[in-house]
Amino acid sequence: MTPPSPLTSRRAAKPPGRSSSTANPAPAWRRPLAWTDHHYLALGYLGLSFIAVAVGTLLSLAMRIHRVWPTGSLLGASVSPEQYLALVTMHGTLMIFFVLTVAPQSGFANLVLPGQLGSKDMALPLVNATGFWITALALMIMLAAFFVPAGAPIGGWSAYPPLSAMPAAGPGQGSGMDLWLASLAIFCIGSTLGAVNTVVTVARCRCPGLTYGRLPLTVWSWLTAALLTILVFSVLFAAIILLSCDRHLGTAFFVPSTQWVNGVVTHRSGDGSPLLWLHLFWFFGHPEVYIAVLPGMGLVSMLLGNFTRRRIPGYRMMIATTMLIGGLGILVWGHHMFVAGLNPFAGTAFELTTMAIALPSAAKVLNWLVILWRSRPRFDTPMLWALGFVSVFVCGGLSGPILAQPALDAYLHNTFFVVAHFHLIMAMAAIFGIFAGIAYWFPLITGRALHERLGKIHFWWTLFFAYSTFLPMHLTGLAGEPRHYAQLDGIAGTAGALVRSTLPLERHITVSAILLGLGQLLWIVNVLHSWTRGTPASGNPWNATTIEWAPETPAGCTLVCEHEPCHYEQISASPITGDAKPHPQWAFEVSAE
Amino acid sequence: MPAILHPNEVEQRPKRRYDEGDTGGGRLPPVDPKHTGGGGDNDNWNNQPQGSRGPRERLLRYRLGVFFALGGDLMFFIALVSAFFVSKHSGHFDASARWINPWLPIEIPAILWLNSAFLLFSSLTVEFARRAMFHDIDVLEEWLGLGHPTRKRVLPWLGASIFLGGLFIWGQLLAWSQLRLQRASFADNPSTHFFYLITGVHGVHLVLGIVFLIAAFIGMRTIRSVESRQILVDCSAWYWHSMGVFWVFLFALLVYGQ
Repeated sequence: MTPPSPLTSRRAAKPPGRSSSTANPAPAWRRPLAWTDHHYLALGYLGLSFIAVAVGTLLSLAMRIHRVWPTGSLLGASVSPEQYLALVTMHGTLMIFFVLTVAPQSGFANLVLPGQLGSKDMALPLVNATGFWITALALMIMLAAFFVPAGAPIGGWSAYPPLSAMPAAGPGQGSGMDLWLASLAIFCIGSTLGAVNTVVTVARCRCPGLTYGRLPLTVWSWLTAALLTILVFSVLFAAIILLSCDRHLGTAFFVPSTQWVNGVVTHRSGDGSPLLWLHLFWFFGHPEVYIAVLPGMGLVSMLLGNFTRRRIPGYRMMIATTMLIGGLGILVWGHHMFVAGLNPFAGTAFELTTMAIALPSAAKVLNWLVILWRSRPRFDTPMLWALGFVSVFVCGGLSGPILAQPALDAYLHNTFFVVAHFHLIMAMAAIFGIFAGIAYWFPLITGRALHERLGKIHFWWTLFFAYSTFLPMHLTGLAGEPRHYAQLDGIAGTAGALVRSTLPLERHITVSAILLGLGQLLWIVNVLHSWTRGTPASGNPWNATTIEWAPETPAGCTLVCEHEPCHYEQISASPITGDAKPHPQWAFEVSAE
Repeated sequence: MPAILHPNEVEQRPKRRYDEGDTGGGRLPPVDPKHTGGGGDNDNWNNQPQGSRGPRERLLRYRLGVFFALGGDLMFFIALVSAFFVSKHSGHFDASARWINPWLPIEIPAILWLNSAFLLFSSLTVEFARRAMFHDIDVLEEWLGLGHPTRKRVLPWLGASIFLGGLFIWGQLLAWSQLRLQRASFADNPSTHFFYLITGVHGVHLVLGIVFLIAAFIGMRTIRSVESRQILVDCSAWYWHSMGVFWVFLFALLVYGQ
């Protein structure tokens, strides 16, 4: 770490962010009536995510324990099959919407987007705050779904009809499902407002000199994810309205005209099809996973450049791949529907688009490898998380082209192979991105650094047990272990023997998952400790080049951007071993003379 | 040095490092255009920090935000229209292997034509209100505190828009009751599903628009900042126009698409 200069040490004592006027010396936290302040909203979003991730993790552990110990009881209560499915549903929903969407996209963007643009605040603070409170309301409603008399919702995170369209269809389809739908509808509005704010901020609040070609890749990924959010969340909103009509107003958008539910035959006018819901849902659902993972990809590019002290090669190409991943991401939704009765010709088309998206993704991975090639990175914790991201992204991504083949997917789709795939490429990658972001920007928020050694132990623990949890799922999946089964033993016949044969590996997975969960306590301890008693960090502890680390603008000066991020000058003779002098993006020009 | 630093200008200008002693001496004297007409210090909005660069900065942000949000809203209606066409062509085989398509087109109540005329008219009135909000001399007088000329111009047009919008909603409800009298209710047929759904969700959008217009109407008297008033009227008006355009397409779909 560099010794603190007068400028940087003044900054370090003053969390968070940089206010360009010196008129108000109070930290952003303590200013009165600043409830629209993006720092607060960022912490609010991260807090929502923390609640959701804590609940979601406990749910997943309950699922894991139940899978290998179906007759046992957790805290005195045994888990019935429908309760198991409710656990699956709530785990997926909380994690995907309230953790993987909220933290990287809304949390981090609110935290550092204005800083990276050299702007004081987001463009539309009021809209921003409204979006946050709407999201908070959505989380409250979602959590309330646990406690309704008819039981928590059952339907996975995708709530397929016809079950989800008929409240009488069984447990978990009643008021719990209504709350689930209401929560997500509200979430759609909240995230659209947040995304509009992000897009307008990028479009209108860049400091002089910060052209689109010089925007940090984090900004590009937030921008792409925000555009995707605006385009696809409204489609989910429309689908939820249609489904709610099916549930309560007797329409037949997603259900056939005649249904036999719990021994009762009912008729509706119309020949709806569950496939229509699948199309609408996955038109949203696939871009949603890119909304979750793109911010992590942008951050990883920046971190690799930062910690190897190297330029990012092909900078414009990296911007292009970000946009391409976003654009192609809208065209691949059908690959979730290969085994749902999709027309095989459509399946071929979606196979091609899905294979096509592997190209920009692979370009990104190769770019990361080029940055790393023969470099001597500084292995600080954020860098470790970034490398971990690359690792799990590659590992999870390799099974993507396999699942993109309709013929292979027909075998694998309903097995744990898919669970392994998306937990690695989306869940773990995005979570690693979140950990990287928190470790990297922690000094910016608090003026103190996270404890390095504890952070490193936490990283290696998480990496090891993440792989130990999710890699074996490929094997159990290949062995035929189905998804969504509450219980693996007690099934008669050959199929039962096949499923039972996965139990030893299943036990291993459960133990790993519990250890993975326990390891996160290290992180909590680290954050709580470092927030109050951590080592004070200098103003720019990572020798970063992006503008959020710029010192306070001197009076009478304007902050301008001079070039792309990650410009470093090699000062030692050997380009490999020496550290390098950063040429930050920012400069101060004397404004009006 | 030039007072305005647009991104591409900064990119093209030779780099000057103040910390290396290059203060720009030895070059041509800087040309400093005064866009604001003033001549004193610090009166050039472009020299101000972001967020305080003159009366249009916040307005343009909000307007851009409304356009992006409306882009999302467009996707919402596209999703509904896609479902419309899927439903229209869906059917099943009955016991004797005949293809049964239950879609029965309904006759569109004639009052919808009148309603559409009201809505188009309201778009005109709201545009008059919006333009009156930017009438230079009036805005200047109001900004200087010399009376309320914009309010006098804008309020009647806003009132007329709210009235016409209310007429539209009332007409839509009338169309619904007419259909119900003919025993065509929401759950009767796929076509009625969509008729009620499309008119319904568009109606909800319009009610929201009326709320915005009423807020603008009240805001014209209560909000102190001229710019905030402009933002409220301007964004409500753009939203209202978009709902009018959406309605033209949705109405065409209901009339000709069934």
